[in-house]
Amino acid sequence: MKKQTREIIERVYHHQRKRIITITIILCIILCILMALSMMLGNTFYSLNTVIQSLLYENIPGASFTVNTLRFPRMLAGVFCGIAFGMAGNTFQKMLGNPLASPDIIGVTSGASTVAVFCILILHWSGNAVSIGAILGGMLVAFLIYRLSQGIGSNNGRMILIGLGFQAFLQAVISYIILRAAQYDVANALRWLSGSLNNVTIEEAVRIVIVVIFMGSSLVYLSRRLMLLQLGEDFATTLGLNIQRTKLLLIVNAIILSAVATSISGPIAAVSFLSGPIITRICKGNQANMLQAGLMGAILVLAGDLVAQNLLPARYPVGIITGILGAPYLLLMLFRMNHKGG
Amino acid sequence: MRKKNVYFLFVILSLCLIVVSALSILYGSKSVDMETLFDALFTNKESFSISVVQARIPRTLFGILAGASLGVSGCLMQSITRNPIADPSILGINTGASLFVVVGIAFFSISSPSQYIWLGFTGAILTAILVYGIASVGQSGATPIKLALAGAATSMALMSLVNTIMLPNSQVMDSFRFWQTGSIGGAKWNMILVLLPYFILGLLLSFYLSSSLNTLALGDELATSLGINSKKVRAMAAFAGVLLCGATTALAGPIAFVGLMVPHIMRLLIGSNMHYLLPLSALGGSILLLGADIIGRVIASPAELEVGIITAILGAPVFIYIVRKVKIRSL
Amino acid sequence: MTDCLYAEHLSSGYGNHTIVKDVDLVLPEHKISVIIGSNGCGKSTLLKTLCKLVLPSNGAVYLNNKDIHKYPSKALAKNLGLMPQSPIVPEGITVADLVARGRFPYRQPLKGMSKEDYQIVSEAMDMMGISDLADRCVDELSGGQRQRVWLALALAQDTDILLLDEPTTFLDISYQIEILDLLTELNQKKGTTIAMVLHDINLSARYADYIFAISNGKLLAHGTPEEIINEEIIREVYGLNSKIIKDPITQRPMIIPIGKCK
Repeated sequence: MKKQTREIIERVYHHQRKRIITITIILCIILCILMALSMMLGNTFYSLNTVIQSLLYENIPGASFTVNTLRFPRMLAGVFCGIAFGMAGNTFQKMLGNPLASPDIIGVTSGASTVAVFCILILHWSGNAVSIGAILGGMLVAFLIYRLSQGIGSNNGRMILIGLGFQAFLQAVISYIILRAAQYDVANALRWLSGSLNNVTIEEAVRIVIVVIFMGSSLVYLSRRLMLLQLGEDFATTLGLNIQRTKLLLIVNAIILSAVATSISGPIAAVSFLSGPIITRICKGNQANMLQAGLMGAILVLAGDLVAQNLLPARYPVGIITGILGAPYLLLMLFRMNHKGG
Repeated sequence: MRKKNVYFLFVILSLCLIVVSALSILYGSKSVDMETLFDALFTNKESFSISVVQARIPRTLFGILAGASLGVSGCLMQSITRNPIADPSILGINTGASLFVVVGIAFFSISSPSQYIWLGFTGAILTAILVYGIASVGQSGATPIKLALAGAATSMALMSLVNTIMLPNSQVMDSFRFWQTGSIGGAKWNMILVLLPYFILGLLLSFYLSSSLNTLALGDELATSLGINSKKVRAMAAFAGVLLCGATTALAGPIAFVGLMVPHIMRLLIGSNMHYLLPLSALGGSILLLGADIIGRVIASPAELEVGIITAILGAPVFIYIVRKVKIRSL
Repeated sequence: MTDCLYAEHLSSGYGNHTIVKDVDLVLPEHKISVIIGSNGCGKSTLLKTLCKLVLPSNGAVYLNNKDIHKYPSKALAKNLGLMPQSPIVPEGITVADLVARGRFPYRQPLKGMSKEDYQIVSEAMDMMGISDLADRCVDELSGGQRQRVWLALALAQDTDILLLDEPTTFLDISYQIEILDLLTELNQKKGTTIAMVLHDINLSARYADYIFAISNGKLLAHGTPEEIINEEIIREVYGLNSKIIKDPITQRPMIIPIGKCK
């Protein structure tokens, strides 16, 4: 073998890795800036200094309550729900091999939010019970989608379509529950239909942080296997991958992430759907980019929330802003296709 | 399927429609009896019950028109895309129509139903083009799965826009629910009059095209060699389909799955001849929509559940059934 | 030490439908074997059963006297590789990335590529003549180039036995020869045992050291090309009347089809 060959190839790999590391660092910096901004901005502006002081040391009259009790849990929940949605979406999209097949489109998130809505509005539960209910709801829907798509020449495509059916069904059920629960409370309805960070408590924020640490790291651990799945089941099996177990692990982790996040913030629209594809476009190549997709999710949620809270005439729930981002993304896809000439 | 059986089915469905219409007028949070119905229809008596009936008549008529439009529209879309799961709601076209009307109301203070229709129609066409375009990205063209996903994603994005516009406009807020999930509760006589010309135009156009569509089902190449201008036929059928669902959505909001369920049930009963399928889908659509509307009034009594919620709950299992059953080429 | 793959009383299929029926076979070590048979006779299913993709309904496949289903997945993957008929090209993947995926069974979780990984990936790409394409997107490549990339992936897996399911389909004649020449080179240089399904009888006769003829799920005959490619067996396997002549270049048997058996 020529010696250059190896040099060329190592250079290709190093180049790719360097690119991804740079991107990750940039994402982290953007996220930090957004975190700081969302602690500083609001009805009253507090300087970074005040924010840090009231978080770490002293009780500053006025600032401490706003910063520690209102803004901090909101920011924390925004970051970690974003990571959860971003990672869960990325996992499903890569696993099903379709950039549109994220859990918020194929019914899994709706399963979680249906149960969450039911527990909160009808049973008046709160706290961990709701999260567990939401996880079970998401799992049940995923299981049903899986079962219904088996045994009929099963393939990913059919699974996605059945998921779309569940999505439509569950959205209708959510509307029904909201309508029956009380008088039609629009703010509440929007929270459960498009997601919002209003009234997040510190307990809820801590819950999502813990879930993200555990499930998120297992997804990062599983990413190499996820990428192997993309070669098709035959190739993946002969390369020594246990397909069924890998898929099960991926699905369970992704569902727990998105279900717990949903039980806290509602299904923040389009974050799952957008994070993965944006990161894939930026990073190029074909990597799992699990961590990066999570960061992107957090950036989308925080940026959306900042815009929704500060820049618009009315205070919108964050999900409406992120949901709108879906439209330009789809247009961009269309534009790219025309550019390529069909 | 023999002709005799088709006529038999036609008669049965017509009878069903009459029964459902009668039920739709009689039942609700305040039920009335047959006598009152006849009084309301044929005499000049006045009472509370009679005025209830009189309010329900336009709603029922509107439901018949809307259901028939959606049924025919779904039938056309399934035929021209050769896609068993095409439906104005799955393709996101209804949401597009909804968005345009909401924009018109909020920013251009449009308030007459005839203007709604034009907006709804424009929105429906643009969304149809957008969704079809997005789904055509990639190698295998617009497969059923890509169309459905593109429709769902577009719907989500457009619904967010609808919500954004609705939220700060309290005067529009009253009709918020109606734009989110379709309802025929607010139907008035003037809406029926506005809808009627578009309804008739769309229906006539689709009946006129039915034999061409039958030929087109054999494949573009064969159809062309049989003397059909397949592009023109497809464009005209798409126009008729979008006209029907756009006009309906502009007045009733997005109503899901009627266009999916009805043509499939009819196809199971009489096969895929468009000559019979189109009129029967129209009848079936009316029956389904009125039936769903009645269910919504009965189970949520004394309040009402929008018909769009009921059709989604009924339609989603049917959708899943179709996906499981139909052999979908190259997903 | 080399690996020896054999099957005993092997039956398999999908659901209740048995396709491969009671096959006994031993893959000759360090040789190129070709499995031939008519459409739908079960040759692909047989190949997939040999590498664990299809579960045997009866009998078993053994690698070094141990049932392949008793191996841990990764351990088996270090010994037995497969190139499927139509692998999926992940979107936007580069050649270097795709080939490196073949190292999966050897890599430690969360760690980068080791020195050895780089060495073997580079060798595989060099051998397939695709090192210039390393940073290109696989989507942009021609059919023949793509096939070489897939082969490089299978090579990076570094197994002693390599199974291939119709590696020459969708390729024109020059690429078919190119791929088969590469496989021969691999077999000669590294002693890899190769077994593949091929449709073209003449190419099979030309490149195979050993041929397995399958008919209706059963192993009808096996032996060297000279033993197998004769008018009688061709008639039984394909239902085809033919005349066998000697290839003037390689002296291997060559088939001239005459017509379908009446």
